Amino acid sequence: MAINLEDPKKLVPLRDQVHQVAMNMLRPISRKYDKAEHAYPKELDMLAAMADGLNESGTSEGAGATGVRRGADAGDKTVKNGSNMASVMSVAEMCWGDTGLTLSMPRQGLGNSAIASVANDEQLERFKGTWASMAITEPSFGSDSAQVSTTATKDGDDYVLNGEKIFVTSGDRSDSVVVWATLDKSLGRAAIKSFVVPKGTPGLKVERLEHKLGIKASDTATITFTDCRVPAANLLGSPEINTKEGFAGAMATFDNTRPLVAAMAVGCARASLDLTRELLTKAGVVIDYDRPATVQSAAAAKFLQMEADWEGAYLLTLQAAWMADNRQPNSLEASMAKAKAGRVGSDITLSCVELAASVGYTETELLEKWSRDSKILDIFEGTQQIQQLIVARRVLGLTSTELK
Amino acid sequence: MSLLQILKGGGRHGVPSTENRDPIGYAVAGLNRLAQSELLDRWGIRRQTERGVFTATRSGFKVAANAGRTFNRAGSRGKSGVRVPSATPKGVFDLTPTEDEQMLVDVVAEYAEEVLRPAAHDADEACAAPDAVLKASVEIGLPILGVPEALGGISETRSATAGTLVAEALAKGDMGLAVSVLAPGAVATALGLWGTDQQQQTYLPAFTGAEESGQSVPAATLALNEPTVLFDVLAPATTATRTADGFVLNGTKSLVARGADAELFIVGASLEGRPTLFLVESSTAGLTLEGDPGMGVRAAGMTRLVLADVAVPAEAVLGETDGSTYTECVRLARLGWCALALGTAQAVLDYVTPYVKTREAFGEPIAHRQAVAFAVANMAIELQAMRLVTYKAASRVAQGIDATREIALARKLCADKAMQIGLDGVQLLGGHGFTKEHPVERWYRDLRAIGIMEGTVLV
Repeated sequence: MAINLEDPKKLVPLRDQVHQVAMNMLRPISRKYDKAEHAYPKELDMLAAMADGLNESGTSEGAGATGVRRGADAGDKTVKNGSNMASVMSVAEMCWGDTGLTLSMPRQGLGNSAIASVANDEQLERFKGTWASMAITEPSFGSDSAQVSTTATKDGDDYVLNGEKIFVTSGDRSDSVVVWATLDKSLGRAAIKSFVVPKGTPGLKVERLEHKLGIKASDTATITFTDCRVPAANLLGSPEINTKEGFAGAMATFDNTRPLVAAMAVGCARASLDLTRELLTKAGVVIDYDRPATVQSAAAAKFLQMEADWEGAYLLTLQAAWMADNRQPNSLEASMAKAKAGRVGSDITLSCVELAASVGYTETELLEKWSRDSKILDIFEGTQQIQQLIVARRVLGLTSTELK
Repeated sequence: MSLLQILKGGGRHGVPSTENRDPIGYAVAGLNRLAQSELLDRWGIRRQTERGVFTATRSGFKVAANAGRTFNRAGSRGKSGVRVPSATPKGVFDLTPTEDEQMLVDVVAEYAEEVLRPAAHDADEACAAPDAVLKASVEIGLPILGVPEALGGISETRSATAGTLVAEALAKGDMGLAVSVLAPGAVATALGLWGTDQQQQTYLPAFTGAEESGQSVPAATLALNEPTVLFDVLAPATTATRTADGFVLNGTKSLVARGADAELFIVGASLEGRPTLFLVESSTAGLTLEGDPGMGVRAAGMTRLVLADVAVPAEAVLGETDGSTYTECVRLARLGWCALALGTAQAVLDYVTPYVKTREAFGEPIAHRQAVAFAVANMAIELQAMRLVTYKAASRVAQGIDATREIALARKLCADKAMQIGLDGVQLLGGHGFTKEHPVERWYRDLRAIGIMEGTVLV
């Protein structure tokens, strides 16, 4: 044991490999699918096959948006740099390439994270290879996910789902949807369960796709469920309504997906930083790490501030993943990472546009695109404000009724 | 000052020189003089202000440097000193300190809590660390933490991580006192890192043998700051000029910790256009000290060191003369200040947390309001970001990997965010935070030093 915050030696080859993919596969089609919103990025099929191959061979340690499973070997005291770190590092590299395309990667959806995190072994096997999107939000609520009004009614060996879900990432392209629904709205959070609903199930209908500010390569769907019948075995986790455990089961998914979204923000922001550094250097700006920022140009000083914030966001993200790899509870750290990375991502991408002036604002460069893409990362999987709320409650030791 | 300038009113008391007095201004200025003299007489303050003792709380009072001890020359001049190896990198991302580091941090944390924190308020007022505090720091081994084991110190490998953890733990007690107890260690660490055999043999025994010999560890200090607006530490105005048998130093150093009782200085000066470190014993002729108290870190007994034709021998140069040693020294000192920022920022967070939960307004604890709770959340988030960035820089130094970028980023992040934490710390206590009933106003003043201070501490 010794403090070391370098990228893990054993994950550096993976990181570099994914970087090459991002640079040579995503970047060349980045603007194309920003323009062609809702067109399916067919180039990703080959990439997904490659990712599957890596996963199969076990060499990737779970690259991409795979979920998190905590092993049972609690006796093992050695420090692990495992699948969680591999995931955040490769997601960051992919989003350095393109955030929208990363979110569109077949079989790497957030629904897959949910399945990987909470499914039992039988379900894991049955849903292997599916591309699962995640349906939580409804027209009447966003952050307040306890307000789920989509219902799941037990009927024999099935559940029957009714309701409307919006903002379903990859909702059109995915093979199945992980849907949050309530067994009994009067019982509150504890009655909210998630269900895997395969596409083609009667009653599931993709209604429309959103037109968005950014991540246009990724389709965002509205899906309705009308008397949609799924086998009871598709319920993820326990079917019991445990009012003591409350929301914990469902919310646990977020502990695992938040570091991934933080990693997306970190990757997207680094794309802006990398390009802006070069543009500034070409413009004659010298960024000196030793001289005080106050004696350098305003652009150099701003760059130093951005890079410092970026480093903080990146390390908070690695920390959250490292804790998961080492079976430490990381809910606080996951939210810290997402809060910091989300806001830093916006500051960096927007400031880089400002520094590059019209070169940044026009479609000449991708800077303007990254500043549009980054915004969603401070919103989905828990907004900036929700992350602050979670951190505040944890730090202050307050309940959700005390600190609303 | 010319009569015209006196009449103008500007150029003094923080008034820009472009300001002019109008007739009312003249009248008010006259009244003010009268009021001042009345006050002085009524309260007997005049006598107090004429006190003829040197105290660092006052600026503008000059004394010669402490005559100090004589350091007997030993060792050989041309021979390289002892160096510790870098820590062996394991390639695993890990946030766990080693067992040795953890033990050390536990001891230091106890000292910070039980010795530093209770002494902090008075030391801040007195602009000096109490003797008991300094003595206890020697018992823990703080001055020799970065000194190689082979030279009687406790460092087996490069101890930047341990140094960072220790500085953080100390500053959680009090930043001013932390600087006071770390200042001699900065000089000792520098001697370990860059000293020749002669420099190590001459100076280090006074540090390593202090406990046994019953003598105190020499007050020593790393003086790099200068009183210049937009100060760039890499371009010091203090100069070193070569002479037949050594160098002559001229210039002024500001915010020199414990300068009044320092027996050994490391002074930064420009030699042939390149910044260089010089060892200057306090008994050398030409050194004058003035009190130079700042808004914070006052317990460190800040002084201004004036060097007027100070002649030092050729072997006074510490490390290289090409600027490389000096630059490395600047970076390692900045890392030390980042570590101090972590400790004090943690103190703020730990203090406001229970406060906002017990302080009530509008019928409930103020912590129940998002405006307050989010400020606390942001403190926690930014502090942890500061900590990770600082630890990364420290671990790179310990492993012998270039940390130029990481130290720069840590310094920037800590300068920005630690000040914000200090600011919010006072804000969350409202008017109470503004008074000396609570330590948050002191932490506010201390945290402004991050991003300004150069040298002084070293990890």
